[in-house]
Amino acid sequence: MTRKTIKVSYLARVEGEGAFSVVVRNGKVTSAELSIFEPPRFFESLLRGRAFSEAPDITARICGICPVAYQMSTVQAMENALGITVTGPLRNLRRLLYCGEWIESHALHIYLLHAPDFLGYAGAIDMARDHGDAVRRGLALKKAGNDIMALLGGREIHPINVRVGGFYRVPHRRELATLAETLKRARELADETLRWVAGFDFPERERDYTFVALTHSEDYPLSEGRIASSRGLDIGVDQYEDYFLETHVARSTALQSRLSDGASYLVGPLARYALNFDRLPPSVRQAAHEAGLGPVCRNPYQSILVRAVEVLFACEEALRIIEAYEAPEQAAIEITPCAGIGHGATEAPRGLLYHRYRLEPDGTIIDAKIVPPTSQNQACIEEDLANFVESFLDLPDEALRHRCEQTVRNYDPCISCATHFLRLDMDRGSP
Amino acid sequence: MAASGRTPRLAVWKFASCDGCQLTLLDCEDELLGIAAAVEIAYFPEATRGTIRGHYDLSLVEGSITTPHDAERIHEVRRRSTHLVTIGACATAGGIQGLRNFADVAEYISVVYARPDYIETLATSTPIAAHVPVDFELRGCPIAKSQLVEVITAFLAGRRPVTPAHSVCIECKLKGNVCVMVAHGTPCLGPVTHAGCGALCPSYHRGCYGCYGPMETPNPAPLSQALTELGMGKRDLQRIYRTFNANAPAFREESERHDA
Repeated sequence: MTRKTIKVSYLARVEGEGAFSVVVRNGKVTSAELSIFEPPRFFESLLRGRAFSEAPDITARICGICPVAYQMSTVQAMENALGITVTGPLRNLRRLLYCGEWIESHALHIYLLHAPDFLGYAGAIDMARDHGDAVRRGLALKKAGNDIMALLGGREIHPINVRVGGFYRVPHRRELATLAETLKRARELADETLRWVAGFDFPERERDYTFVALTHSEDYPLSEGRIASSRGLDIGVDQYEDYFLETHVARSTALQSRLSDGASYLVGPLARYALNFDRLPPSVRQAAHEAGLGPVCRNPYQSILVRAVEVLFACEEALRIIEAYEAPEQAAIEITPCAGIGHGATEAPRGLLYHRYRLEPDGTIIDAKIVPPTSQNQACIEEDLANFVESFLDLPDEALRHRCEQTVRNYDPCISCATHFLRLDMDRGSP
Repeated sequence: MAASGRTPRLAVWKFASCDGCQLTLLDCEDELLGIAAAVEIAYFPEATRGTIRGHYDLSLVEGSITTPHDAERIHEVRRRSTHLVTIGACATAGGIQGLRNFADVAEYISVVYARPDYIETLATSTPIAAHVPVDFELRGCPIAKSQLVEVITAFLAGRRPVTPAHSVCIECKLKGNVCVMVAHGTPCLGPVTHAGCGALCPSYHRGCYGCYGPMETPNPAPLSQALTELGMGKRDLQRIYRTFNANAPAFREESERHDA
């Protein structure tokens, strides 16, 4: 019997600390496990006893890469508990801020974390020696996203301007207009990005995923919607916990989420795109078509393409919001604390991010539940490894290990978030 | 600062954190390729799978110490680093996860995890300087890009970084901000908080919430008195000092004065 283990004990170019291990016996994968050794930080515990108004600043610290996602799910859940709804220009400003984070986070992943896998480099700095123009384009695109965050949020990481009910300060129309030129250029860079990644060599691998994402009657989902799946699920955000379960496995400080029947599901760009293709503007659908994408993409190695499509969308959406913007009279809706339970779900760059809070009459948090996208994708990542690795076993060890890493990075896993979340051990039974 | 003639080696390490401070290096879009030309990025797993083993001239350390394994690992980092600089509130003061230091960690674990026996963690979250000598501490939650570039530049040039230790109030004055506390009665930690952000929150019409931690020689008692006069109760006062730098001594001691 031949036995081989492929092991990566500290996975690079992901956010946070993880590893994985794949065991192969006689050409068959017998186990594929992600382990997450990111130290737990206990956010759901430390939020108890805090004021509802403090929560967006605290939950932002779960993740330095997608703080806006945490802030947006938090404020939505709090507003749900407090019985208010943010609409009009304030809602659009939140979408704009979220567009900034999508552009920044997706550009980071496409250019600095994922593209080096396709082009055969250890990282973007090495890649820049041969592909300097591409890396500079990626950095410029990333910066455009960060410019939105800095103007509207105050800073790129852990923005300070988001509050329950709205913002602390809303920009004047002319302030936002300063972003338009940057974003028009970013839209061109996003077009070039999509054409660039469309030329990569993608392994032809597909799986019949259960996609889960928000859907919305009018918009490609960012900051709100119903929770839908590719198998017909269509529920309100407040029903999330009836349909999705979290379990705790020994190898991980991240909880794993599954559908209540135990099946895995996929959140993130592939899911959003498959469930909301018709909500993309015609120009973006056309660009996706030209890049070789149909309305559904089941090849996880092509997630980089879908991310590029979403960057293009985010640039267009940001421009649309800026052009239509008129400053509201109030920066935030006034709030009277009350007892209540609130649910919130938004689309972080990596996928669905669910929050639930219970408040005392004075607005103090009694308990909190937060389900980040990477813990939802963890089961899918392990299944991808188990399903795809067998077909790559003719690769030499180092190339096989690299391919496994790429398979995990398809998900842009954010381990800092998921911890409550990664290591690669590849065991393929040495002869 | 490196041994003669060799490009200095930079390493970036992560302990318990959100990754935001090391992301700040990748957020230096205009400077990143320049930095990469001036130093050899020898260890930075968030950015590259290529690693160079051995000794590093400058180690940037993000995150706090919260596990027995990390309490060992930081000594290894220290041994392999000529200069060790902590970046951000977690590494410098224990971070938001340091709120466990005021609570029972076993109870914290039981709230989040179904199987507490799978979790290995320490009762406290402590800054890097509580474990090994630190050459410089850069403040902020997150750190500021400009200050990070200053730190790297300074260490390359063999000088101390210039990062003023005065209060956020001075930054407001320099910026010409109207005082949010005096003019609008908005509670603000600016008078006791370390500069570095450029008085960001007051510039957005909100009070400073202390994410850069205490300034050099702060005097929080009279500020607490003023905050009380604005209507803040004991619990509010305790909360305002207990966030991202809750375990910085000046903030910890002041918060303990307001135990309900």
